[in-house]
Amino acid sequence: MLPVTPEYVSSIIESERPDGIMLGYGGQTALNCGVNLGEQGVLTKYGVKVLGTQIPGIQKTEDRQLFKDSMKECGVPVLKSKTVNTFDDAKNAAEELGYPVIIRVAYTLGGKGGGVAYNEYELHEIVERGLNASLVRQVLIEEYIGHWKQIEYEVMQDYEGNNVIVCNMENVLSMRVHTGDNIVVAPSQTIDNREYHMLRSAGLRATKHVGIVGECNIQFALEPTSDRYVAIEINPRLSRSSALASKATGYPLAYMSAKIGLGHSLPELVNHITKTTTACFEPSLDYVVCKHPRWDFAKFELANRKLGPTMNSVGEVMAIGRTFEESLQKSIRMLDIGNDGLVLNRDNGKSYDVEDIENHLLNPNDHILYYVAAALKKGLSVEKIQKLSSIDPWFIEKIRNIIDVEQQTKEKPMNSDLMLQAKHFGFSDKQIGRAINKNEFEVRKLRKELGVVPIVKQIDTLAAEWPSKTNYLYITYGGTENDIQISSDQRGVVVLGAGPYRIGSSVEFDWGTVNMVWGLQENGEQNVIVVNCNPETVSTDYDICSRLYFEELTLERILDIADFENSKGMVTSVGGQTANNLTPQLAKAGIHLLGTSAEDVDMAEDRSKFSKILDKLHIKQPHWQAFSSFSEAKSFAIKVGYPVLVRPSYVLSGAAMKVVWSQEELAKYVGEATTLSPDHPVVITKFMLNSLEVDVDGVSDGKTVIIGAIVEHIDAAGVHSGDAMMVIPPWRLNNKQVETITDYSNKIAKSFNIKGPFNLQFLIHNDQVYVIELNIRASRSMPFVSKLIKTNLISLAARAVLGKPLPNIPSDKWKKTLIHGIKVPQFSFMQLDGADIVLGVEMQSTGEAACFGDSFYDALAKGLISVGYNLPKQGTALITIGGAENKEKMLQTMAILKHLGFKILATEHTAEFLSEKNIQDVEIVYKISEPHRKPNISDLLYERKINFIINIPSTSTLEKYVGMLYDEFQIRRKATELGIPVLTTTELAESFVKTLEWLHTNETTKRALEPYDPF
Amino acid sequence: MRVTISIKKAQFANKYGKLILSDGTVLDGKGFGYQKTVFGELVFNTGMVGYTETLTDPSYAGQILTLTYPLIGNYGVPDPSLIDKSGISQFFESDKIQARGLVVHELSEVASHWNLSMTLDEWLYNEKIPGISGIDTRELTKKLRMGGVMMAALVVSDSEIDVASIKKQLAETKSYSSEEFMDQVSTKEAQTYGQESDSIVVIDTGVKNAIIRNIRDLGYKVVKLPWNATIEKVLSYNPKGVVLSNGPGDPEKCPQTIQTAKQLIEKNIPTLGICLGAQIIGLAGGAETYKLKYGHRGQNKSCLNLQNNQVYVTSQNHGYGIDPDSLGKTDFELWFTNTDDNTVEGIKHKQKKVIAVQFHPEASPGPYDCKYVFEELKSLIKGGDSNTK
Repeated sequence: MLPVTPEYVSSIIESERPDGIMLGYGGQTALNCGVNLGEQGVLTKYGVKVLGTQIPGIQKTEDRQLFKDSMKECGVPVLKSKTVNTFDDAKNAAEELGYPVIIRVAYTLGGKGGGVAYNEYELHEIVERGLNASLVRQVLIEEYIGHWKQIEYEVMQDYEGNNVIVCNMENVLSMRVHTGDNIVVAPSQTIDNREYHMLRSAGLRATKHVGIVGECNIQFALEPTSDRYVAIEINPRLSRSSALASKATGYPLAYMSAKIGLGHSLPELVNHITKTTTACFEPSLDYVVCKHPRWDFAKFELANRKLGPTMNSVGEVMAIGRTFEESLQKSIRMLDIGNDGLVLNRDNGKSYDVEDIENHLLNPNDHILYYVAAALKKGLSVEKIQKLSSIDPWFIEKIRNIIDVEQQTKEKPMNSDLMLQAKHFGFSDKQIGRAINKNEFEVRKLRKELGVVPIVKQIDTLAAEWPSKTNYLYITYGGTENDIQISSDQRGVVVLGAGPYRIGSSVEFDWGTVNMVWGLQENGEQNVIVVNCNPETVSTDYDICSRLYFEELTLERILDIADFENSKGMVTSVGGQTANNLTPQLAKAGIHLLGTSAEDVDMAEDRSKFSKILDKLHIKQPHWQAFSSFSEAKSFAIKVGYPVLVRPSYVLSGAAMKVVWSQEELAKYVGEATTLSPDHPVVITKFMLNSLEVDVDGVSDGKTVIIGAIVEHIDAAGVHSGDAMMVIPPWRLNNKQVETITDYSNKIAKSFNIKGPFNLQFLIHNDQVYVIELNIRASRSMPFVSKLIKTNLISLAARAVLGKPLPNIPSDKWKKTLIHGIKVPQFSFMQLDGADIVLGVEMQSTGEAACFGDSFYDALAKGLISVGYNLPKQGTALITIGGAENKEKMLQTMAILKHLGFKILATEHTAEFLSEKNIQDVEIVYKISEPHRKPNISDLLYERKINFIINIPSTSTLEKYVGMLYDEFQIRRKATELGIPVLTTTELAESFVKTLEWLHTNETTKRALEPYDPF
Repeated sequence: MRVTISIKKAQFANKYGKLILSDGTVLDGKGFGYQKTVFGELVFNTGMVGYTETLTDPSYAGQILTLTYPLIGNYGVPDPSLIDKSGISQFFESDKIQARGLVVHELSEVASHWNLSMTLDEWLYNEKIPGISGIDTRELTKKLRMGGVMMAALVVSDSEIDVASIKKQLAETKSYSSEEFMDQVSTKEAQTYGQESDSIVVIDTGVKNAIIRNIRDLGYKVVKLPWNATIEKVLSYNPKGVVLSNGPGDPEKCPQTIQTAKQLIEKNIPTLGICLGAQIIGLAGGAETYKLKYGHRGQNKSCLNLQNNQVYVTSQNHGYGIDPDSLGKTDFELWFTNTDDNTVEGIKHKQKKVIAVQFHPEASPGPYDCKYVFEELKSLIKGGDSNTK
């Protein structure tokens, strides 16, 4: 577990001496790293062969100019554009092409830093940012074709030049929106045979010409009013689109691509699904796939929700159906954002005025489809909607079909025809229930009485033309017969996955799901069935389990599957909060749940029940209370004293928790974000400043409790546990605290009869241990803990859920692990236009890295490098610290910096403080809001004269919630855009600087991860 | 002037519809297109695009076509009157819908495309062809895959359908294999395309327009002759080469064409056979043909070119094939095989300038990867051997 950087990979090459290296499987990070190694001569030096697409081929697709030239050479048209390295050249190019122009950045991630400029002012902003984001300081200025269709092809090609198209895809929101943020259908829907094959041929020609070996993705823009097209880009690697294409077709692109990289030819490889036909073919789909991105804009207070050429989504889902309407509505439910489809949602009453609708059709945001529906309801013509939104009329008409059926369900008496029609178009029982005033269960019963039940179909890559024993399944109302039957000896255990990646639930729950499947298999379960809908996951690889349902994680669908499978039991404890939330309803519906009982899970979820048990156990927790009126809330807050943490139990806007510092703020928040009522109370907890947060991950079988590890947060409490840096073993806890935490954990696990994984969160304040939360499910930190202590907690949990006793593992095993592990969050603020990077109680990170080392700093150095920090040996630091207390706290750190020879720049007050404290040679710089005063921070940032920034807001992480200082926000934002590290907490700043100090005299270790211990 | 995206809605959909199979299966659906009862061999095609080209392919004469892709009609149908510079229809493979009926899961009642002039529903109505939607086409495909292609009746009606009487008629219908199609699909008289001095004769056993277009693209005038044209008739045009076209039905129902093919081989006239034409060349060369259980119909069929070991994705539409075991006793050698089931997809004469492919190098619908087969014909004409690709 080491950073994927040229430095680390070189050292691994040096010690391992591999014959070959594959560059196309680790996204843009791995590809960039590989190209770098090639250019530095490392690969040649050690005789490492690149398997798959060779570096010159990669360069032809990554370098804009080389790409354009290559396309011209093989007769594939490209857009008129100009590659530039400076703003002046960009300006000239834009004038020549005519505004609007689009700016694309070379060698970057996810379209990072690009944008559309309608004038010179915008051009300046985007070009500067783009040049800085680009590894080669290069951007492309290009004719803007936002209204064109965006069509993609996934290509496979072997060393001999055999090539096929595995999948083509069409983006519903045209070229306007980055494909990662687009709603994508596979196969394409609105292009005819000639266009389909014209682009297909161009794709094959282009990939052959640049010399792709393995898999690649080629993106085209097609004019909607003619067959004029251009190639936009080639991704010479497995991408998000490839994952989608693999799941959409059942053709395992990464697997096949790896085989090809090793020298196999396409024709000699076998179709993984049929096992009899060749892999050198083009899948034929007999269903329609819809990919829908998951956005989490609500987590970022200031972020712009607008969709455009930069990707903002954090995850995606894929739905399979036999009509577009079915797939689309399924995909919306899969997002797990509280919507039950495109229409008939909980807050369906929302009405927009025409001006608002038109504006949003023209400037799409994450609600674009709802605006299309609203537009149709308001009577806007399809032509008008198409003109504003650039969405093909076919898709708009499909949305109209959904609205028409909505209307019918409201007006006409429900009968089997109407029920079938609604189901055909993907309406859920909940949606239908809203139209006919029945609850979900009543609709389910009525529907079954009417004889309307879904069927199970297989994904077999070739539209049933050849026999295949595929276990890759979906559920639809578009048909009359099931493809398979479940015999009694095939009954098995169903494991629910975690749905889309999103902030707070990501690949860690996929790890959990997959390891649970393996664990169940290892413990003798012959038939393990997975349900999940996230195409980016391993749990949706059909060869992991006995049967895979690529399906919604909704109560209705899980019950459909349970009906069909007649399953032995279900595991809901490894699919994050999505699966966990289904626990009570599934239990109520009579599903046999494996592991901790639904009642016990409910005891942990329900605050008052949870509190009662803690009281009984004499375990402390921060003061809290639930309120259904503002005056009660106010008096509680006054009693315990501000700040308080406010958490609505029913969230309207998506903004969840908030730290509130004053009565005015409390009033504002309670009024804005929540509707207070006895049904939807707000929970207020005393927020303890200056405390430590600790996580415990463990497994229990009801009698034996195994504590994986006690994990300490480096950041102070108040930074969301998903955003905090975490360390094992704990760094600042004393033995007594560790003992107390262990004792509490054992008591709690036993009291809640936990059979399976659990996670406990503690707060240490003034030497007292408080319990904040118990999650009776797999947690975010479990893979980290498992890997560090070489004990697979989920594998143990599999035994527990099956009712088997846990093995004897010494309770202090984790303490005896000699290495240090640190988990560091990865943020994506750069992509989110306008988002602030100050951490708070809402989780904002989109990923994480963990590194192990012989010491705290060894691990931390690697962790920081992994998430993109540059750790300079010398250079310049900009320091701006708010508040006297923080300034005092940071004094020692400043002294170290000075001692290491860093030049220190500071704003006036900070500089004054530092010189008072005898830190010499501090240079004063001026705020961005005072541009006439030089030297100005803004200039220094752009000129790259600052290596990193310590910018700590006055009340630490909580400044943001009091009223953000615009200037500080500007510094953070600009720096983020320019890729300069910004450290916003005292803990982080201190750790960072001490790491720099450590690196002055030490080198990081580079060892391979050790396997799990067997139990 | 800016072209706009055209949008049209179906007008003839939502009638009574039933699909009745000779094994007794009765499937309920919604009728569209023209109200009528048709009988034919029920086949399936796995192409995801190209219903316009497929429906007008004369090889589908006598058949009821099932499309496995569930959403059909999305981009409508272009204007049939548009012709290219050679006078060939730009978007259609012949001058009418050749299939007897169409079976789909969902008919897109709205079509949108810059190039459309009508909806699929409207087109079927105009051409008096019935269609049925709401069928579980995957289940139907599995049935045909397991039981083999079979005769079926497709009924579209404005009123309730009398199943018993249709079943009776179906039982009495002549089977596809015994039907004679040449009079229905072949040209009655010679037709020429282009003015070039060098010409290629196409013997029309139901030729697709794309074949003619591809030969035109090679730079030759095309002379299209009836299926039963004699060798004397063919040679009277002094052609540089001959193409035996695709077409419907059992190749043994074309004895005159087989006779002409024998003489083409004998006289060493550069000849390319496509699909039915390939089977005819096989029979002329002494090989045997047989009926496949459920045929090859789709655009994703990979074929191995045995001469360069490359695999190409091809468009296919054939219910008959050349028996590979019978090739041994002929002067033909294998050229292409189907990588999925090893069936014969192309043959080459060992000495003479005669080549044939079972797939459709002209694409339309389908991939263009094998257009080079036409170049092979040209190189045979130019005197080179055909071992280049």
